[in-house]
Amino acid sequence: MLHTLSIDELGRRLSLGELSSVELTQHFLARIERLNPSLNAVITPTPEQALSDAAVADRRRAAGDKAPLLGIPLIHKDIFCTDGVRTSCGSRMLDNFIAPYDATVVARLKAAGAVMLGKANMDEFAMGSSNETSYYGPVKNPWDLSKVPGGSSGGSAAAAAARLAAYTTGTDTGGSIRQPAALTGVTGVKPTYGRVSRYGMIAFASSLDQAGVLAESAADAALVLQAMAGFDPLDSTSVDAPVPDYHATLGTPLKGLRLGLLREFFEGLEPRNAALIRDAIEVYTALGATTVEVSLPHLPMSVPTYYVVAPAECSSNLSRFDGVRFGYRCSHPKDLMDLYKRSRGEGFGAEVKRRIMTGTYVLSAGYFDAYYLKAQKVRRLITDDFRAAFAQVDLVIGPTTPTPAFGIGAKMDDPITMYLNDIYTIGANLAGLPGVSMPCGFVDGLPMGLQLIGPHFGEGPLLNAAHQYQQATDWHRRRPSGYE
Amino acid sequence: MRTRSAPKTVHMSLTRQDVEKIAHLARLEITDQEMPVYVTSLSSIVNFVDELARADTKDTLPMAHPLTGQHQRLRPDAVTEADRHEKYQANAPSVQAGLYVVPRVIE
Repeated sequence: MLHTLSIDELGRRLSLGELSSVELTQHFLARIERLNPSLNAVITPTPEQALSDAAVADRRRAAGDKAPLLGIPLIHKDIFCTDGVRTSCGSRMLDNFIAPYDATVVARLKAAGAVMLGKANMDEFAMGSSNETSYYGPVKNPWDLSKVPGGSSGGSAAAAAARLAAYTTGTDTGGSIRQPAALTGVTGVKPTYGRVSRYGMIAFASSLDQAGVLAESAADAALVLQAMAGFDPLDSTSVDAPVPDYHATLGTPLKGLRLGLLREFFEGLEPRNAALIRDAIEVYTALGATTVEVSLPHLPMSVPTYYVVAPAECSSNLSRFDGVRFGYRCSHPKDLMDLYKRSRGEGFGAEVKRRIMTGTYVLSAGYFDAYYLKAQKVRRLITDDFRAAFAQVDLVIGPTTPTPAFGIGAKMDDPITMYLNDIYTIGANLAGLPGVSMPCGFVDGLPMGLQLIGPHFGEGPLLNAAHQYQQATDWHRRRPSGYE
Repeated sequence: MRTRSAPKTVHMSLTRQDVEKIAHLARLEITDQEMPVYVTSLSSIVNFVDELARADTKDTLPMAHPLTGQHQRLRPDAVTEADRHEKYQANAPSVQAGLYVVPRVIE
């Protein structure tokens, strides 16, 4: 079946003429039509554009173009601006917004010949860990339709797990690629801050946001990241450093790799989850890795630090939604203040308003030092802890989430319980580090994620370590029933 | 990892008046039905982040950017973009003669 093949294998068949991009695109479009109604993972399908882009890709290939992503279909998270296509960010605020340009991620993948099948559902403005805050309704987890897929890239994760596309894009501000990847049993990669351009990616928390990829395997993700990464003068925080060939280093033996076991990651971890992580560590030691116990004493402060820094940046970023230049406007405003307040009050959902108000509070006169400045200082302590750890080890290993996917509606009444879902992922965002989540087993029939975190710009070794694990195991090949 | 979870009963660190002021600063209309939920949930978030006070940061500089050694790039002060205001304004709720229309602000 075409949707079970790797990007490499699809590329081989396309090159040999055994398959056309139009046929491959039709195959995935048919899967979306059949499987998406129960998942709600795709909110804006773009079939006509996809088929015409596929025909262009077929002509490019016939002319000798061998780009690895040429003619391979993907789904973009609806946070990336797509020229001429609705870009809603999961919000009523942007329900009618047609992006007037492409995000750099979109433009680069287009140039690489990627075929966009549509736009994926997501938590509103990427604020959520369950994909339940979307204006377009929750996304269902293909492993159990009564469970959440995680968030905020929940539509991207569910679509990747259900194989509605060869791969999907996502963004990760506090775990929004890795946590849903874990909960849906796919491989999710969050690169180093600054590795992938944020231009045209609707901003949530600018010092934390980073674009990445969700795919079946680390090998597939490496090909996609290769096309996405690199310097972009349009993003002032984009880093001007060469992008190594990620695919070329995937065969590197792991002998001598020093894996850091974070003491804080294993404290209080549920026993069945801990057992899966220990099994994965044994796979690595069998491959020649050694383990070192390391401690990040300030890591337990990462969730409260994040819930000051991220809302503060969000309250500033989302001030652009004013009901004047684009986006939702309330009906019959009686004056300008009423227009601002009701457009924002009606256009934003409950969680987005909660975060804007949290951010407004921690930045307000009299509270700035106690909250925002204090959180920025603790952020440095956490980052310094990671730096000290990477002086002793090459990669850090642990769980991605405390539990497998939870029930839809189970955590919506208590924001703090929801926020604590990202307890293992937020540290990497605060420190700007790259991270990977990949499936490592099941608890109660639901996939669990293994997380690897590397030093800044360590994507190559990180992807290789994930790839070696996936050569030795087949958890990433398991598929939810009904989506084989 | 043990981060202190929220206590069962929320100490109301914010009053309704506090939340009304925050909502005004953030230019958000909050309805009467929504208000009690925000008073409770914002109070619990403030209690939760109060945990930060326990960290010793007296010799620590605040960190605004996750990478060290980065600097703001400069470019020549030249026009680099074409005028695309018609395309951008196609998304505006109300436009007349190339101008964004808002309720009267000067009486």
